[in-house]
Amino acid sequence: MSGTSDIQPVSSSAQLYAIAHEIETDAVERYNLLAEQMQTHNNEELARIFLDLARAEGLHAEEIRRLAGDLGVESKRGPIGTWRTESPESADLSAAHYLMTPRDALQMALAGEERALAFYTGLASAATDPAVKKLAEDFVEEELEHVELCHRLLRRYPLPTGVTADDDPDPPRASD
Amino acid sequence: MSATAPLACKPGDYKSETKPIWCPGCGDYHVLMALTRALAALGLPPEQFAIVSGIGCSSRIPAYTTCYGFHGVHGRSLPVAAGLKIVRPDLTVIVASGDGDGYSIGGNHFMHACRRNVDLTYLVMDNHIYGMTKGQPSPTTEPDFDTALTPGGTGVRPFNPLVVALASGANFVARAYAGNIHETANIIVEAVRHPGFSFIEILSPCVTYRPDQRAWKDRVHAAPVTATDDAARAARRLMTDDGFNLGVLYRGNRRPFQPVVAAVPCDLVEFEKGFEI
Repeated sequence: MSGTSDIQPVSSSAQLYAIAHEIETDAVERYNLLAEQMQTHNNEELARIFLDLARAEGLHAEEIRRLAGDLGVESKRGPIGTWRTESPESADLSAAHYLMTPRDALQMALAGEERALAFYTGLASAATDPAVKKLAEDFVEEELEHVELCHRLLRRYPLPTGVTADDDPDPPRASD
Repeated sequence: MSATAPLACKPGDYKSETKPIWCPGCGDYHVLMALTRALAALGLPPEQFAIVSGIGCSSRIPAYTTCYGFHGVHGRSLPVAAGLKIVRPDLTVIVASGDGDGYSIGGNHFMHACRRNVDLTYLVMDNHIYGMTKGQPSPTTEPDFDTALTPGGTGVRPFNPLVVALASGANFVARAYAGNIHETANIIVEAVRHPGFSFIEILSPCVTYRPDQRAWKDRVHAAPVTATDDAARAARRLMTDDGFNLGVLYRGNRRPFQPVVAAVPCDLVEFEKGFEI
């Protein structure tokens, strides 16, 4: 996972829109992938949550595209992306488990939103161009809302009392 | 290096409708994402790529792409791929394998593919275990891996794939970590563009049989040195390698092996006559 270590100087609003759009589309791809994994492993409830998260991130991506207008959002870096390691908001795919709970998924989402918040906060404080600074601050506000939303959703899901990923009643066994 | 290729296709265009059945959390999902991004960055349509694999979890990858694919025989992906590249040099051939398929069953082919230097890109998804067959030790398993199958550990020194690749003549040698999708994609692009046999060892955690490998994301680090074209210098670097250095180690200058082959007759009847005893 990445975060503030990936902050690079952003010189224009167009560049920042492209970065923000890339962050959201990367998140869409990862949540869709997690949803597919959960469908494959018959965890339909969690698959729906990941699909909802993907849909939400997709709406953010579209909103950024709309705000960018004629500036566009296509990254000049091509399909691989801007990041030295990973996009700050990216869900940690390696944390997935077939016995994940909705709470685990929301905590995964919260961690991503918090990394994105740290990323934009760092960017806003480092920006020298007033327009870039203002735009970065707008993204900080938006990410703050997302963090709060995750906290609100988490309150709907109390700590699990049933089987969790840490207590797998059917663990993988190496053949004897 | 970062890829800045034209956007003829998007990464999703290289992903097939077949849903992967790997375990959630498996590193091979990351490799698939990196691969599709790399293919898009290379800017060729899916039908100009062929992905050849052997057997194992990682070798399922051709089915998950829209490229030509060949899910072959255990350990034999490299000779199949070499044959394909030699008769169809217009195709970009990528070979996918795992540490069991590639270093044990296919270990001999690995050495000779490096030596032969056909223009292939070999991705080995290394999780230090046979995952598909439920957790037997592989050639890269640590000697103290203590399980019901290996009480007290194997006691066997692990195979060092980068040393073998370099010593055998691979023209490009790198290590990536599956979780670093962008970095892995960039290395794949570079490996495909580099002429000759390119080998990438991709550390790809098996979260089911090696849950300890979830910690790899905190252990991997960028290699402190840049790539070299001097094999001796690369070899010396490997002597102090901790197994978690990431990046391109070696870019060689050997000319790829690409013999001129006689045209294959299009008429199948004529073609079959060539096999008559």
